[in-house]
Amino acid sequence: MQIAAISVDPVEISRGHAQKVGYTFPLLSDTGAVVIKRYDVLHGGAGPKGNDIARPAEFYVDAEGTVRWVNLTENIAVRARPEQALAAIDAAK
Amino acid sequence: MKRKWNWPLWVGFVVAVGGLFSYQYFALFPITRDFPWANLLLFGIGAVLLLAGLFRAFGRPQVYRGKIFGSIFTAIALLLFAFLCYEIFYVLRQVPLSAQAPRIGEKAPDFTLPDQDGKRVALADLLSPNGTVLIFYRGYW
Repeated sequence: MQIAAISVDPVEISRGHAQKVGYTFPLLSDTGAVVIKRYDVLHGGAGPKGNDIARPAEFYVDAEGTVRWVNLTENIAVRARPEQALAAIDAAK
Repeated sequence: MKRKWNWPLWVGFVVAVGGLFSYQYFALFPITRDFPWANLLLFGIGAVLLLAGLFRAFGRPQVYRGKIFGSIFTAIALLLFAFLCYEIFYVLRQVPLSAQAPRIGEKAPDFTLPDQDGKRVALADLLSPNGTVLIFYRGYW
């Protein structure tokens, strides 16, 4: 199963965190929140400097690119980072 | 006569303040983050101590100090508790509706974004026979 994580973090930040945590999957940089808006997961002004960020969300997509499962969390505190999302996906399998 | 130190007021206040400011710490562990029972418990302990201290201060004012500062401490602790409840039961649940997010059965919208090595990655590059999980996250701040 392939994994990719998307946020507004710039490439430098993602690289630092990927190395620190030891991720082997892509952390994609959507600094303009363009893709975030395309998926309608924008959380306007919720970033640390009042910038736009993504609300936590997971989409499971099959080999043809069709969405098979969506998880839109109700509480920001519960799942905000890839490691929690992955733990939840593992638990749901 | 010198009155006694009313320790429950002081300890209760510190514990209540700790109930709020320890949120960032307990939030590191899913077991105490998903529902912040540890923070509420600290406030509960603080409240019991503050009440015990107030009983002493008002019940036996010749023996114990604390009618004024005990009342102030309790008022502050109540405000901090109200603030914590507002944050965890309201603010953290203010998540956008995302009504237009792709639904089951729809095609995932295309994109091309740089990864942590600066390499451009398209959705098509991520598709796989066992499926792909796209995780949108708030960021590492």
